[in-house]
Formats: sequence, structure tokens, C-alpha cells
Amino acid sequence: MLVSIYRYNPEKDDAPYMQDYEIDLPEGKDLMVLDVLNILKAQDPSISYRRSCREGVCGSDGMNMSGKNGLACITPVSEAIKKGKLVLRPLPGLPVVRDLVIDMGQFYKQYEKIRPYLINDAPAPAIERLQSPEEREKLDGLYECILCACCSTACPSFWWNPDKFVGPSGLLQAYRFLADSRDTATQERLSDLDDPFSVFRCHGIMNCVNVCPKGLNPTKAIGNIRTMLLQRAT
Amino acid sequence: MVTQITSFGRSGLYDWMMQRVSAITLSLYTVFIIGYLLLNPDLTYDQWSALYEATWMRVFSLMVLLSIGVHSWIGLWSISTDYIKATGARFFFQSICGLAMFVYIVWGIQVIWGL
Repeated sequence: MLVSIYRYNPEKDDAPYMQDYEIDLPEGKDLMVLDVLNILKAQDPSISYRRSCREGVCGSDGMNMSGKNGLACITPVSEAIKKGKLVLRPLPGLPVVRDLVIDMGQFYKQYEKIRPYLINDAPAPAIERLQSPEEREKLDGLYECILCACCSTACPSFWWNPDKFVGPSGLLQAYRFLADSRDTATQERLSDLDDPFSVFRCHGIMNCVNVCPKGLNPTKAIGNIRTMLLQRAT
Repeated sequence: MVTQITSFGRSGLYDWMMQRVSAITLSLYTVFIIGYLLLNPDLTYDQWSALYEATWMRVFSLMVLLSIGVHSWIGLWSISTDYIKATGARFFFQSICGLAMFVYIVWGIQVIWGL
């Protein structure tokens, strides 16, 4: 199988380029893309990429595989290969540090902006803040986000305005705290989002839903934020 | 909160709502005009001008004209903030769009109301 990898080392290269590698896949076994990268790294140690848990939990190895963002560790080669070729590029839209490693600074900045922690001005109870099973259920489909950035870097609105548009991942997290019955900063959170960029730059093209390796639905969460803003203002 | 002053209503929610309200107005008008033309295949000039002389049609048309202005302003403003990165060029583009829309609205009122 032919594997084409985006290579760029700013200390040596003037411009990024694609490097081709030939690899023999073992018969009767569908490797994950990360396994392929590990095999290639044994041949050419200069290939750089992030990886950690190798089971889709840590979100380190987000990359663009034959045109679609995803986690290399849980994407089988059979799914990522196109016309007998596997093309690996860094997640689009963020600066490349080296090869498949990107600078996630802008992505984290947006995450920080939505204040991703519980805000509660009531005095803390002796043991814990209780939640009914129904209230807890509202967080399903939101808390599972692992911040791998596959969704935000698949979003054109985030590509054009990464400093102003929070992006699908950040907004999913924003709704996670808006929906939390224990959070008391709902109004402040909503006021922070009511400008033409933070939420409303989403045009609902659902690239985020298409690529999320955890099967989450940021577009739906963004719709819920809109509804909350609308209910508050009409 | 991202600060900006050139969008239509300054609030993202307001722009979003106006975009939808104007879209509904534009679609209703389009359906109406297509339906009217289909139901009146032998349309005469007198009939057409009588339609546009009726007060309700003038109200409807003016609403549509304003909707075009609002809808295109919000849309083009979004496009300009997505793709034109240089502030000067973006502001120039937005000014041209704003001027064009104002001219179209005034000119459109003259045409539709026969002033």
C-alpha cells in the first residue's frame, strides 16, 4: 500500500511537501492508521505525530486521513484508504509545528473562553451538589467530548475566524455547562455568546457531526444554545 | 463576547432572526409571484399595474424590498468578515454593499410605487 505523508520541518524545509512510503500490510488483518504510522516511524524516525492512549480516549492523534478528520488509532486502514492510497495530513486550519503535529493554541483559547468549569454562587453543601437522574441525562452526548479538535478543524467558519468563532468543540462544551442544573452562571454565559461570531458564525453545514470520532452532535448543541438565546430574548 | 459595529443589528441573535424573517418574506413573495403568473397566463398590462396599485401589494412589495436589503446585508457582511482579512478592504467592501442596498431600496420604492 502507498502511504503519502505531509512532511514539514520548519528548521530544514522551506515549504511543506508530501512524502510517499510503500508498506506491506499483513494479510487478513485490518490495521489502524496509527499502527501504519508506527511501522513507518520504525523505518523513518523523523516522521512526527502525537499519540498516547491508542484507543480513542485521549484525542492526541487527530489527523486528516485521505481528506477526512479523525483519530488515527480508531480508524481502520480499510476505511481511510482511497484508490489504494492512504494520504495523511495534519488537521487543517491550525498552524503546523512539524509534520502531523499542529499548534492547538487557538483551539484551547476558544475552549478557555467559554469557561469550561462549573460556576455556582450558592454555598457549597457538606458533601456534594445533587442532581436528579433526569438532570444528569441532559449532559449525555456533551460530556464525552475529548477535545481532539477533529470537529473544529473540519469547520470552514473556524478556519476563517478561529479567533472569533468558538467552534463546534467549544460550543458543545459551552452547552454542556448551560445544560448543567448545578451551574448558576447561565445568563452570563449566554450574554457572552450573543454576538455575530461566537455562536452565530455556525451555518449548520454539519462537518463537525460528520467527523466526530465519539459520535457527538455539536450542531444540535449549537441549535440548543440558539434556542436558549431566543427564549431569553423574545 | 466578540465586539464589532458593522453587522446589521450588533447582536448575533438579532441578525440571525432577521435573516430568517426576511428569508420567509422573500420566499412567500416568490411563491406568490410565481403562482400569480401561473394562474394568469394571459396577463395584461392593466391587470399587472392594477395588482401593483393595490395598497396591500405595495405593503407586501415594500416589505420584500426591505427584506432584500436586510437579508443581503447580513449575508454579504458575513462573507466579507469570512474572506476579506485586510480591515481597509473589508470596510470598503462593506461600504459599497451598504451604499448599493440603500440605492436599491430608494430606487425600488420609486419603481414599485410609480413615483
